[in-house]
Amino acid sequence: MIKVPTVAELTAEGKIPEILFWVGCAGSFDERAKKITKAFVKILHNAGVSYGVLGAEESCTGDPAKRSGNEFLFQMQAIANIEVLNGYGVKKIVTACPHCFNTLKNEYPELGGSYEVIHHTQLLKDLLDQGKLTIEKGSYKGKKITFHDPCYLGRANNVYEAPRDLIKKLDAELVEMKNCKAKGLCCGAGGAQMFKEPENGSKDINIERTEQALETKPDIIAAGCPFCNTMLTDGVKNKEKEGEIPVLDVAELIATAKDL
Amino acid sequence: MILAFLPNLVFLVLLIITIFIFTRNILKIKSNIDLGENIDRTDKPSERWKNMAQIALGQSKMVKRPIAGVLHVVVYIGFLIINIELLEIIIDGIFGTHRIFAPILGGVYDVLIATFEFFAFLVLVAVILFWCRRNIIRLNRFWKNEMKGWPKLDADLILYFEIILMTLFLTMNGADFYIQNNFPNAEHYQQAGSFPISQYIAALLEGVSLETAITIERIAWWMHIIGIFIFLNYLYYSKHLHILLAFPNTYFANLNAKGAFANNPAVTAEVKLMFDPDADPYAAADDSAEEPDKFGASDVMDLNKIQLLNAYTCTECGRCTSECPANQTGKLLSPRKIMMDTRDRLTEVGKNIQKNKGVFVPDGKQLLNNYISTEELWACTSCNACVQACPIDIDPLSIIMSMRQYLVMEESSAPTDLNNMMGNIENNGAPWPFNQQDRINWVQDL
Repeated sequence: MIKVPTVAELTAEGKIPEILFWVGCAGSFDERAKKITKAFVKILHNAGVSYGVLGAEESCTGDPAKRSGNEFLFQMQAIANIEVLNGYGVKKIVTACPHCFNTLKNEYPELGGSYEVIHHTQLLKDLLDQGKLTIEKGSYKGKKITFHDPCYLGRANNVYEAPRDLIKKLDAELVEMKNCKAKGLCCGAGGAQMFKEPENGSKDINIERTEQALETKPDIIAAGCPFCNTMLTDGVKNKEKEGEIPVLDVAELIATAKDL
Repeated sequence: MILAFLPNLVFLVLLIITIFIFTRNILKIKSNIDLGENIDRTDKPSERWKNMAQIALGQSKMVKRPIAGVLHVVVYIGFLIINIELLEIIIDGIFGTHRIFAPILGGVYDVLIATFEFFAFLVLVAVILFWCRRNIIRLNRFWKNEMKGWPKLDADLILYFEIILMTLFLTMNGADFYIQNNFPNAEHYQQAGSFPISQYIAALLEGVSLETAITIERIAWWMHIIGIFIFLNYLYYSKHLHILLAFPNTYFANLNAKGAFANNPAVTAEVKLMFDPDADPYAAADDSAEEPDKFGASDVMDLNKIQLLNAYTCTECGRCTSECPANQTGKLLSPRKIMMDTRDRLTEVGKNIQKNKGVFVPDGKQLLNNYISTEELWACTSCNACVQACPIDIDPLSIIMSMRQYLVMEESSAPTDLNNMMGNIENNGAPWPFNQQDRINWVQDL
């Protein structure tokens, strides 16, 4: 049984966590994404990271509102969140959601919220480099893993290598899709598309992307975003490959390798 | 006597007319761009110069697609190099001289002309290959819906222009070389070099009389320079404006992370006031926080100047559209069309203002709906693939976002699903209808 500390509890005990884990709405509520959250927290505990979560004090960053065009709602969310974050004196934030990552990192500073914001794959990479996290080699040996670049991690913030380095550390064979890194194809969920039906077209974007992933004949499709995960999982189901090719977050890959 | 100077006079008049029309067109573009909202993009000048040097001058994003990239670099270097020759042509034209630099530069002149000829030939080859890509291979991105009519013709006309100009350039040199070699006593036509490419054209003239050769040389010389004058003023009506505007466009490009969307400062002022416990709810509005007449953009005047500069800079290559996930999956959205529509509407508004002596008279049209439909706007995933793909840093996504802002903040016309999502965020801090208190429930079975 792992006890996840909230920043409120820690503050009451006079402790200041080194890093805030921003769980995000998907990580908090979505059944699939909750598994990613748990896998990540298990690694944090295993590596002895001093962290806390906001719990009920966390609220949507406002990303889907802003991308929908509702600047007012976005800024209401942002200012309220910044008051909470600044109230606790938060300096560093890690999140497993590239949308939260991007918004906190790039759009909050101008509104009074300046923090060091990193994606969870970057933290995991740091922990590995510092020797705080070790990966027993072998469990993915000979497995082909393809990584889908989340737009808000890759193109939006130029983070391409951290998740790839982790996959390589797992001893797995990293295979690239025909569109990868700066040319990565969107999963179809960004810009608030996650919350609406797609416009009329010849195909759904997640199907197109899943086809690109399947072309690499992977054993596992790796993702670094809860929304991409949902879209690709749906895509794999549509291709009747569920059970055959899992869609897993990089944190889940590591947690499984460590048998956490 | 006067008749002797007639060619010089004609040349000077043509040159002045060309410069006059060109300046007028550039000023028209400038005043149209100035219809946009102000935006400060003058920070980090050294980084901006670097961006321009790499992307516009250095073509670094162009070569991301190697075939089109290399062909484009050939035409681009050819354009820069061969234009050096324009200086001599203009001086010769005004003063009635002939190859004035030849005796001054001697051997260097030979090398220069040889280089120009070499590039002229390469440009010819590249342009013919470009034409084949458009018209024989028929690359998909050149045949999308928005390319029908004028955009298609415009693209082909530019290629024809270049083929004609290069052919005239080589013909004029070839005839000159023929005269130099066969009529050493001909006035003006002094030995000027080896003419490595046009010597083959000279060979075709074998047996032609001096008079005929001079006629050919003169006709080619005049048609070449008049062609350039026409081409220069064709730019204004064409996507080809990118040869000039790529430079300011990359200088003023967004240098921040692509994921950072601008925060609307007018909204910030209002939101901060709402959060301020000391704020007097009955106080008069603070004039310093200037309320915009509307949020977001429904017409070109609501966009900022950089967005409008982007529109004029677009050369309709369609790399954005070919990378767009929505377009790839058959949706109506095409980032290139967003840019073309913005430019076409801006041109229309500019004409309206000119016709009505400096005032825009409402014409019952706007960028939204009359040009860009809501279906296009709502198909965007904000993935930045279009922005990444643009060889000259155009940002179609920012226009889409400005227009979405108008749709939501001024018209409340988001799709129902999105309204539900936003209602959820407003009420319980998540895009789904879950209670905020339950955010931590995931810890239960750890």
